[in-house]
Amino acid sequence: MLLFSLRRLMLAIPTLLGVSLVVFGLVHIAPGNPIDMLMPPEASPEAIAQMKIAYGFDKPLYIQYFLWLGHAAVGQFGLSVFNATPVWDQLVVALGNTVQLALLAAFFGFGFGIVLGLLSAAYYGKWPDKLFSAITTAGVSLPHYWCAIVLVMLCAVLHDWLPAQGMGDDSLPFYERLQYMILPVVTLMLIPMGVIGRLVRARVLDIISQDFVGALSAKGLTRWPVLRHIIKNAAPPVLALMGLQFGYLLGGSILIETVFNWPGSGNLLNLAIFRRDIPVLQATILVLATFFVLLNLAVDVIQAAIDPRIRR
Amino acid sequence: MLDAANTVAAMEVRDLTVRFRTDEADVAAVNGISFALAPGETLTILGESGSGKSVSLKALMGLLPRQATITGKVLLKGTEILSLPPSQLAKLRGGAVSMIFQEPMAALDPVYTIGEQIAETVVQHEGVSHRAAMKRALEMMEHVRIPSAARRLKNYPHEMSGGMRQRAMIALALACSPSVLLADEPTTALDVTVQIQILLLLRQLQEEMGMAVVFVTHDVGVAAEISDRVAVMYAGRFVETGSARDVLRSARHPYTAGLLSSTVQGVMRGKVLETIPGSPPSLAHLPPGCAFAPRCSHVAPVCVQSQPPVLVPHPGAMVRCIQDKPLHLPV
Ligand SMILES: Nc1ncnc2c1ncn2[C@@H]1O[C@H](COP(=O)(O)OP(=O)(O)OP(=O)(O)O)[C@@H](O)[C@H]1O
Ligand SMILES: [Mg+2]
Repeated sequence: MLLFSLRRLMLAIPTLLGVSLVVFGLVHIAPGNPIDMLMPPEASPEAIAQMKIAYGFDKPLYIQYFLWLGHAAVGQFGLSVFNATPVWDQLVVALGNTVQLALLAAFFGFGFGIVLGLLSAAYYGKWPDKLFSAITTAGVSLPHYWCAIVLVMLCAVLHDWLPAQGMGDDSLPFYERLQYMILPVVTLMLIPMGVIGRLVRARVLDIISQDFVGALSAKGLTRWPVLRHIIKNAAPPVLALMGLQFGYLLGGSILIETVFNWPGSGNLLNLAIFRRDIPVLQATILVLATFFVLLNLAVDVIQAAIDPRIRR
Repeated sequence: MLDAANTVAAMEVRDLTVRFRTDEADVAAVNGISFALAPGETLTILGESGSGKSVSLKALMGLLPRQATITGKVLLKGTEILSLPPSQLAKLRGGAVSMIFQEPMAALDPVYTIGEQIAETVVQHEGVSHRAAMKRALEMMEHVRIPSAARRLKNYPHEMSGGMRQRAMIALALACSPSVLLADEPTTALDVTVQIQILLLLRQLQEEMGMAVVFVTHDVGVAAEISDRVAVMYAGRFVETGSARDVLRSARHPYTAGLLSSTVQGVMRGKVLETIPGSPPSLAHLPPGCAFAPRCSHVAPVCVQSQPPVLVPHPGAMVRCIQDKPLHLPV
């Protein structure tokens, strides 16, 4: 088990290096010379050459890469091209804002998904199954920016139930700031709820059709111990999907954060793209990708702990 | 065989029938089987694929799906169990009556260790601590002679060989000292040498623990090895019952005779392997007469018109045929 975890960790390293290469390459893939963007068009060739040295663009590409990677590893992504504040500080704030939404959306999305999926399977073919399956299917198939707009219209424009813009002032009491989170969280949880609900239902139905579940009743096990067996068997792929979904949530939805004007990582990414703020873009993508890889690593290890057949 | 009227049968079955109602048809899977089993006795149900053997065993445990209609009586030490509420029936399963399956890999949960699977049964039935249950699991693993049992306890099913898994399954089934063991083709999935080891083990454990065993197989050789009595099943009915010796040496029903002459044992004695012509009837459309009549070489006009009589050639034997003389086997 320990060996398995270590091996998975080793495998994550090349993945992360690959991501860093792509992210580094962004500067060079992006149209236009990065220096041209920093300098006014009328700058003298000497000034440009000086700037190149200052940013290290005179060195060979691989040296530039290792320098950049070394700095990135300790959180130094330099200054934002747009407003000259440290990239890292912007990123920490934005990520923190997104994590609040992501945790809540994951908690409720996964929770409702699991419950709906289990109930659907338990009432397979009957009306609760049809109802809950319709809900989870709607969750995955309704475009969520559309849901966001409908919710804003309903709760904030037509009625004055909930705030729909930004995250409230820091001076507001906690429960009032919580209100700002309700609409974005509800919108964000729809997809996780839908996909988890559908997978749980399918997995549970698949497992209860297997012979060993009949054998559990033949041993005289009652309903709850049998349910424990079913859940443990159903868990590994559901966990994998949860890891993936949580990764998406951490990335922050550009659309949702834009609709609700939520200053999170999706919003930051969006702004960085429009402002051609390459350092911010690089830092955001690299950090999110690292989260994503580590999250999947954790999921792999948990999966293997549950199902020994996965350990190889 | 119950010879004394005052012996309470370990298990008694009276006129058990099972019907499956599906959208297309009514499947008459079991059509009135009866038997009584003394403690320590082994009854083998012998029959072709689809004759209703597994359905019968599941009916005895109350394990059939909801679309099955069951009639008849199953008495366990004199108490009717089919009419018990589900929670009471669950207490008997794995306790007083337990079951081993044809494919141990399919019958064990892949994500629990063998030890946990045995222990949870013990905890469920006896309410002992997990620790005590694990200790029982270890004893049972040693009892079924699994080498290095303490280590094997921590194995998952996929980490064991087929024979070892079946031993573990037996350990599980016997962990709560059942008085009746139902074994559904427990050796069919194993290769021949392992088959023999498992059969010998079962027979020995049965003697030690004094269990009654209902053993299901389609293999005449296995039946000869393990049974005290044999019931030959065809299309959901027992067509012949009697002592193993009697049934397997001097078959009276043409189906039994056909079954015996179509076994490989016959061939090994230098005879031509004969198969029974035709195939079993559809259980959804059983004929009014003898279900075997269309394939029978001794068929008479009366056979296709009505059910054959139930003849008792001597006490403890039964044959559903128009005649009850032993047939000459081509063996
Ligand atoms: N749930 C069910 N619904 C409808 N028909 C069923 C169901 N379960 C079993 N049957 C039918 O009952 C009949 C007897 O099946 P059973 O499994 O008892 O056969 P078997 O004698 O155990 O055969 P095998 O040697 O292949 O295991 C079969 O025709 C089968 O199609
Ligand atoms: Mg069967």
